[in-house]
Amino acid sequence: MVLPSSVGCLQLNLGAGAVPSHRRNHRIFGAGHREGVRHSLAPVRTPLYEQHVAAGAKLVDFAGWEMPVQYEGVREEHVAVRTHAGVFDVSHMGEVEVEGPGALTFLQRVLSNDVAAIGPGGAQYSCLCNEEGGVLDDLFAYRLGGDRYLLVTNSANHAADLAWLGRWSRGFDVAVRDVADRYAMLAVQGPHARAIVRATLGVELPPRMHAGAVRIGGRPAIACGTGYTGEDGVELLIDPEVAPPVWAELLDAGVVPCGLAARDTLRLEACFHLHGNDLTPERNPIEAGLGWCCVESTGFLGAEAVARARAEGTAERLAPFRIEGQGIPRQGNPVLAGGEQVGVVTSGSFSPSLEVGIGMAYLRSDLAEPGTEVEIDVRGKRRAARVASKPLYESPSSRKEK
Amino acid sequence: MILADASYPDELLYHDQHDWARLEGDDHAVFGVTWYAQDSLGEVVFYDPPEVGAAIDKDSSYAEVESVKAVSDVIAPLSGEIVEVNDALADAPEQINEDPYGEGWLVRVKLSSPAEAEALLGAEEYRKLLENE
Repeated sequence: MVLPSSVGCLQLNLGAGAVPSHRRNHRIFGAGHREGVRHSLAPVRTPLYEQHVAAGAKLVDFAGWEMPVQYEGVREEHVAVRTHAGVFDVSHMGEVEVEGPGALTFLQRVLSNDVAAIGPGGAQYSCLCNEEGGVLDDLFAYRLGGDRYLLVTNSANHAADLAWLGRWSRGFDVAVRDVADRYAMLAVQGPHARAIVRATLGVELPPRMHAGAVRIGGRPAIACGTGYTGEDGVELLIDPEVAPPVWAELLDAGVVPCGLAARDTLRLEACFHLHGNDLTPERNPIEAGLGWCCVESTGFLGAEAVARARAEGTAERLAPFRIEGQGIPRQGNPVLAGGEQVGVVTSGSFSPSLEVGIGMAYLRSDLAEPGTEVEIDVRGKRRAARVASKPLYESPSSRKEK
Repeated sequence: MILADASYPDELLYHDQHDWARLEGDDHAVFGVTWYAQDSLGEVVFYDPPEVGAAIDKDSSYAEVESVKAVSDVIAPLSGEIVEVNDALADAPEQINEDPYGEGWLVRVKLSSPAEAEALLGAEEYRKLLENE
């Protein structure tokens, strides 16, 4: 058998979103190998590197970070988040602080959503678009105070986002600061996540889609009622120095350490986008199904293009699908209908919850309706699939909180 | 669950791409993947077997096994023609993890060049190779 460490035959696809944008088309190959990508520096380690090694994690190079891809196994970790609670070290995520009298008007200019709608302590999902309406990144904006906001960026895009924000902040009375080094980030997710975090760390947690200043490990921290798994839970931005004891406390309380592989299967079941796979600068939010987080009347960068796409429709649309029978779709697989190619898979995996192959694909718009029968060309074998509605899997814990 | 401890039975022959062959009579063999291979791949969720009757070549891929996040080609340790595939793996691919040398066998092959087996490794040689992986 060709092993995961051999480049070429094995595709460990954690989402090319992790790959720097100028090399977006490369897949991640194998454990620790990324074909065609060279880092001038050794991979960056999170404050929890020693804990990951001690827990037996398989580590991979992910956007220049040495990250845990799995501990005991993807399926066990996935199920732990769906049924109990799991913790992900997502310290590779970037943080940008935007502060000043002009913060709101500046963010209204660069983010696709209506930033004015975020109340104090609020959270909002948004796209960062270029002038053509292409998606440079997708991110959460948290309003920490009156005119102080925090943006949490995808690690692969963080540097480019910072440059973009810096460029467009000229003329606004606002400070844009890279504060990525200030935080370690733990995502604690699952139906029991909030209760365990409250009891273990002794903090009051904000409701879903809100953020609040708290103290964790005796240091100032930010607790956010957000996540990327489709389960209830929180994301904690904490002082890197206290990350190891906080991690240990959560594990002692029965929270299961989970790696990036489970994070990917969980988000795909929930139909959350992965930038670099399902979102790219060549795709606009409308075709990606993110029209709900675009408010063109705010006049954000790219609003005209987005308004046009919304009014005229797009040639293709992103749609989730399920394999009917055998086969596991993977990123890059062609989608066929009537024998001709009608799209391409942007994310694909085995679904541990549904026990079937699932994915998302950009499809000719007339076919991107739930129920449509298509075929996925999985390395030369045609696998029957059916377009589904979002989400592919809906958890009882997320339904309850809606 | 993954079989906890590494094992490499002495009666098998090994290919350096982490496949094993159990010779049967003069010109038949059963193939599978080694403990090391299944441990590296993680929990197998799908095995795509070849067709019975297909010709396979030593050192070439004849099947795929997939874990949740990865696809691996399975390499033929010897050449021949598939005479049987392990259909039970369609419903229980995890047998490749749990019992890689028993219930997790992949194919039975009528060998076209039984002498090729002389190039395969013994268990001790294969263990030495793994020490350098």
